[in-house]
Amino acid sequence: MTVQSLPRRLGVAVVVAAIVAFLSVKLNSFRDYQMAEVAVDVAAVAGLTVLTGLSGQISLGQGAFMAIGGYTTALLLVHLSWPFIAALVVAAAVTAAAGAIVGVAAARLRGPYLAGATLMLGVALPAVASAYPGIFGGDQGLNVVFTAPVFLGATFPLTRWQAWVTAAVALVTLVLLANLCYSRVGRNWRAVRDDEVAAALDGVNVAATRILAFVVSAACAGIAGALLVIVTSLAAPGAFTITLSIALLTAAVIGGLGTLPGALWGSLLIVLVPTYVTDVATSHGLSSSTGANIPVAAYGVVLILVMLVFPQGIQGGLRRLLTAFTGPARTWRDAPAPHVTPSADDLLARGDDPPDPPEKPASQHEKEGTS
Amino acid sequence: MKRPQHFMSRPRRLRWQAAAIMTVAALAVAACSSSSSSSSGSGSSPSSSSSALTASAPGITPTQITIGSHQPLTGPVAPGYSEIAPASKAYFDYVNAHGGVYGRKIVYKYLDDAYNPTTTASVVRELVLQDSVYAVFNGLGTPTHLAAVSFLNAQKVPDVFVASGCACWNQPTLYPETFGYQLDYVREGKILGQYLAQHFKGKKIAYFYQNDEFGQDGVKGLNYEIPSSTVVSKQSYDPTNINIAPQVAALRASGAQVVVAFSVPAFTALLKLNSLKLGYSPTLMVSDVNNDVFTLDGLLVTFAKQGGAKVNGSLLTDGIITDSYLPTLAETSNSWIALFKMVHDQNDAKEPWDGNAYYGEAVAYAFVQAMLKTGRNPTRADLVSAINGGLPQGPAVAPFSFSSSDHAGITGAFMAVMKNGDLIQQGSSVLTTDTSASGPITTYTGTEQQAPASGIPSP
Repeated sequence: MTVQSLPRRLGVAVVVAAIVAFLSVKLNSFRDYQMAEVAVDVAAVAGLTVLTGLSGQISLGQGAFMAIGGYTTALLLVHLSWPFIAALVVAAAVTAAAGAIVGVAAARLRGPYLAGATLMLGVALPAVASAYPGIFGGDQGLNVVFTAPVFLGATFPLTRWQAWVTAAVALVTLVLLANLCYSRVGRNWRAVRDDEVAAALDGVNVAATRILAFVVSAACAGIAGALLVIVTSLAAPGAFTITLSIALLTAAVIGGLGTLPGALWGSLLIVLVPTYVTDVATSHGLSSSTGANIPVAAYGVVLILVMLVFPQGIQGGLRRLLTAFTGPARTWRDAPAPHVTPSADDLLARGDDPPDPPEKPASQHEKEGTS
Repeated sequence: MKRPQHFMSRPRRLRWQAAAIMTVAALAVAACSSSSSSSSGSGSSPSSSSSALTASAPGITPTQITIGSHQPLTGPVAPGYSEIAPASKAYFDYVNAHGGVYGRKIVYKYLDDAYNPTTTASVVRELVLQDSVYAVFNGLGTPTHLAAVSFLNAQKVPDVFVASGCACWNQPTLYPETFGYQLDYVREGKILGQYLAQHFKGKKIAYFYQNDEFGQDGVKGLNYEIPSSTVVSKQSYDPTNINIAPQVAALRASGAQVVVAFSVPAFTALLKLNSLKLGYSPTLMVSDVNNDVFTLDGLLVTFAKQGGAKVNGSLLTDGIITDSYLPTLAETSNSWIALFKMVHDQNDAKEPWDGNAYYGEAVAYAFVQAMLKTGRNPTRADLVSAINGGLPQGPAVAPFSFSSSDHAGITGAFMAVMKNGDLIQQGSSVLTTDTSASGPITTYTGTEQQAPASGIPSP
């Protein structure tokens, strides 16, 4: 399956890359900049949508992971003058390590408790940069110089180069994530999401699976943070506030939780809608405090409307529309996870007790296996 | 291994999905571009007094000058600061209604960045790359504008009269396009420091400052003037942590008789209330960012209310020493106050008439002065060289520092004391200085200008 579909995914990636290249040349510099912003968000949202949609863990700390990736990149570029691609790899690795640490704690938490713990991370971590101004430049952050390579010519617009680099990195990230989602790892995530007890009974190491999801998600955020730094030429705590984490989660949900194309729709929405409504709402006859808040309110209204029209997110809505034309088609998201065999269902249906914590059935399962 | 059945239809579905994604993505981005058709003329033409008006630079057409700004219109710092841009616009509207600048109307487009540097980076690019503004004017905030300053200089977009007293804007070799406006915090620190050294000789002095460029610049200026032996305590705060009780306790324990605060109004109010709680009442001296007494009084009342207490704001601010680089609002006979109050009542009546509104109009006046100096058909470089050639003092009490080697802004201030909710000037002397340790602080001998009768500067 995977072998057969890998060329297909690469094909899709190449087509998207061609479209990005075409648009980047056709559109003005500011649209190039927005494309780069979208690409940054796509990388972060894709990681989050996998974490929340596939492995079932909610996170409000994605912005904090972006900060780790962003500052790692900035420090490497500023102090060691590393090439960006090397800094990007290190940033992803460092953030993945941070994700593993958080993941260990997160694997023990559920629902609102997990949201609360990651919220704390999202609020507290960016403040570290302010606490150590000597290293991180305080509230002003670190300025990063990122230029287009010389061979493109002196007049080549920087924003186009930024759009290319960010889109290329985001696409590679998406292809890798897609492969992961269709692989054994992805199946395990879905199994754990749907029923931890059943997954454990099937021999899936629930804790390790959940931690791995956090690692992957954090690595994506680290990549996004690195990209953000070269797009804005700045790594500053103000860039990674809790508002960012919430916006990313919004994008994942609006786009369609657990779907990679949904990451693109969600990112387009959170980047483009606020600019539009600001342009529309240069309203007169209102006091500044009222007029200034109209874009914020309009953004909220758009979000509510999208959720009303597409309860499954934009990707879910699109899929439903397609189904109307092509007949029902089940996807790996809708499909029952491989382990949920009738016997497993029966097993669970018999017990009236609430499901036990995952570790317990896992050990029972092993005992049964050995006895 | 047996292939699961539900995967069978995937290839076809994937193709559909791919097609749909492409189409919608292309449509979405193409739709965005349709709104952005503003391309401005470029190229420069020599300006002469009789030549026809041309599109001499990006953002300049025969009928308009488009400028942009980033402002905190929403978010935590918006109260008060969100009044500045509408006030500037009110003054531009006044100029436009009276003939504009060489017949061109000033279009002022200010976007909300919610005081978030990433948003600032984005909106400034929107202004420059899409709206092709001629210049960025009065971008507000130190951390926010730092996210834009490199980009603006790389693009050679004039970045004039930044709304922040950070000394970092005055780096003409690094940032040739960037100009400050208000008295920078190092100069202010020196002026306040000298006053302390002269009027509170032998008293124990303590510092309370915001732990960033703002506070550190201020402390630098204070240290130039105040003998270090008399400074008994230096306490800093982080603007994200409102619990400053430990710092206030340390100030009290140090026995300081004078506390000088480089803090924003919210934290100045907290300092005052926390001191009250401990029964500690030193003489308080504060940076001019606090000298809108109306705002400070309001904050004191609000914070006290949140803590379950009731206070009289103007009673608490009585006797606080500060400085000001613009005439005080209380001087209603001052020609500038009268002019700007009139413009405010005409074009900006929905907003309160306070220090922020006044500031917004004063800085807009400075911009009109600069534009008149650039000539009839200016390029962007013309604006920079016009300001480098110096600007008339206008509403400020001290002259601008502008030259090709100094982009700081206003160079001096007078001392003032808060009384009954107003700011009262102390003595008649305006003090000017530079940012160096050894630079003298001198009394400004030039005369203050009067506001033009027409309300518009003459070329």
